[in-house]
Amino acid sequence: MPIQQQCTVIDKTPLGADTWWMTLSCGNMVEKTFRAPGQFVHIACPPYFLRRPISVATCQSDAPDDGLSIVFQVRGEGTRWLAQRCEGETLDVLGLLGNGFTMVPGGRYLLAGGGIGVPPLYGCAQYADGKALAVLGFRSQEQVIMADAFAGVCEGSFLCTDDGSVGFHGFVHQKVEEMLRKDNAFTAVLACGPKPMLKGVAEVAERYGVPCQVSMEERMACGVGACLGCATPMADGSMKHVCKDGPVFDASEVDWNG
Amino acid sequence: MAKVDLSVTLAGVPLKNPIVPVSGTFGFGEEYGQFFDIQRLGAFCAKGLTLRPRVGNPPPRIAETPMGMLNSVGLQNPGVDAFLEKEWPRLKGLDLPVIANISGDTPAEYAAMCEKLSAAGVDMIEVNVSCPNVKAGGLAYGTKPELAAEVTREAKAHGGKTPVMVKLSPNVTDITEIAKAVEDAGADAVSLINTLRGMRIDINTRRPILKRNTGGMSGPAVLPVALRMVWEVHNAVKLPILGMGGVYNAETAVEMLLAGATAVGMGSALFADPMAAVKTIDGLEEWCTTHGTTPAELTGGVRPWA
Repeated sequence: MPIQQQCTVIDKTPLGADTWWMTLSCGNMVEKTFRAPGQFVHIACPPYFLRRPISVATCQSDAPDDGLSIVFQVRGEGTRWLAQRCEGETLDVLGLLGNGFTMVPGGRYLLAGGGIGVPPLYGCAQYADGKALAVLGFRSQEQVIMADAFAGVCEGSFLCTDDGSVGFHGFVHQKVEEMLRKDNAFTAVLACGPKPMLKGVAEVAERYGVPCQVSMEERMACGVGACLGCATPMADGSMKHVCKDGPVFDASEVDWNG
Repeated sequence: MAKVDLSVTLAGVPLKNPIVPVSGTFGFGEEYGQFFDIQRLGAFCAKGLTLRPRVGNPPPRIAETPMGMLNSVGLQNPGVDAFLEKEWPRLKGLDLPVIANISGDTPAEYAAMCEKLSAAGVDMIEVNVSCPNVKAGGLAYGTKPELAAEVTREAKAHGGKTPVMVKLSPNVTDITEIAKAVEDAGADAVSLINTLRGMRIDINTRRPILKRNTGGMSGPAVLPVALRMVWEVHNAVKLPILGMGGVYNAETAVEMLLAGATAVGMGSALFADPMAAVKTIDGLEEWCTTHGTTPAELTGGVRPWA
């Protein structure tokens, strides 16, 4: 069950021109509500009316207070407000919300992240304890974030860029295909990023017979399943909700043309 | 000091206090039940039901606005039968009046739903004639007095002893005409306002943010419109009013009571703060204690300038 917690900003570090790493001291939120990597928090950004949903990059239950880190990009007025918070300030946070990635101890995972979809996979990489390979895609070298962090906890970590300025020249799903062609002995592919990228990764994973889970994004209001705002269409014609049923879905459930 | 009496009576239904989460913002009560005991509320209006299940509108369904938001959920719901089978058994045992909200494409659909809900024993039926996010029925019934009256008569004829409250649209020239029409047709109460039609545009893509282009606006930004309309309706009819639109704390709830509401709805304020309704109840108790009054006494107590 999620809780509402006043959290203190204990660290804020720029990861790039408009992307921030922020660590919050969050009471016992992690101990009480952590289920799996890939959950999110819903942060009030007053005076803006709606909270902003932000994925958790990593979190740990700790004494006296749990810690959780988020990575966010300044995209609008809410995230700009958040980027202006300083260490010591307090944030009104709901969390941890949603279901994360389903992972099993000892499993081997291929992580596929695109842009600001990269950070939520960091908790997956930590959970996999050295048994994950990561493909991290960005538009170009200037946008690359967290490359060293992933390299430090993964069996292997590969960058790709749309313009070829660093790493593999091409899209994430193309790099994922290149890797699965040689080695498809993965428990699952775990993906987070823009929907077209997720669609590409899901297709490739299916072709190579590897189960795939995807973390979806949608405009959201309540964050807890009450308002039915963040609907995302499913292959069977139904609607599921990113906040309560997701944000992680089995790729085979999703209506990729919806 | 004696505890102040917060109780009110809405169309014959006793409420512990006047605060009522409104339809479409509170699901079937489970989600916010994770944050507080929902039996603290005066009542709640369940997510809008239709005779058959509805999948709702494609996303995006949500857009932020200055001190408010737009939604175009489009009455997504499991249908009245699934509600009665899966949700009602849990809800009927609570010490909390439950108001079922219904929308139909024809008067016969409203009638069929009223029969089922009344037989099950819901505390009140809220007849939605004002959803701006669906093509058929909905808003069409709410903008023409004779159609609103027809649906009201049908609901009363098939709702047994269950009180019928009609939810009015603000998207009309004169809301008192509709209020009078449903009063004459036998409604036991009215609720207002439903959302105001609005739009937002992404200037980079030049696309409306909502996939349906327009949606219903709610949040603190609509409070003055809601107060004005509740005041107008209170002056035009004798029916009790569930006043809603932009209320976000005890002070704005007092305003809504003074404008003429018997009970006060809260909706999108809960999205900003899940504890908003509970904080409002506590704040109302404190305010009434300090000012030596009660919610029942505040209803319609505004002193307009001559």
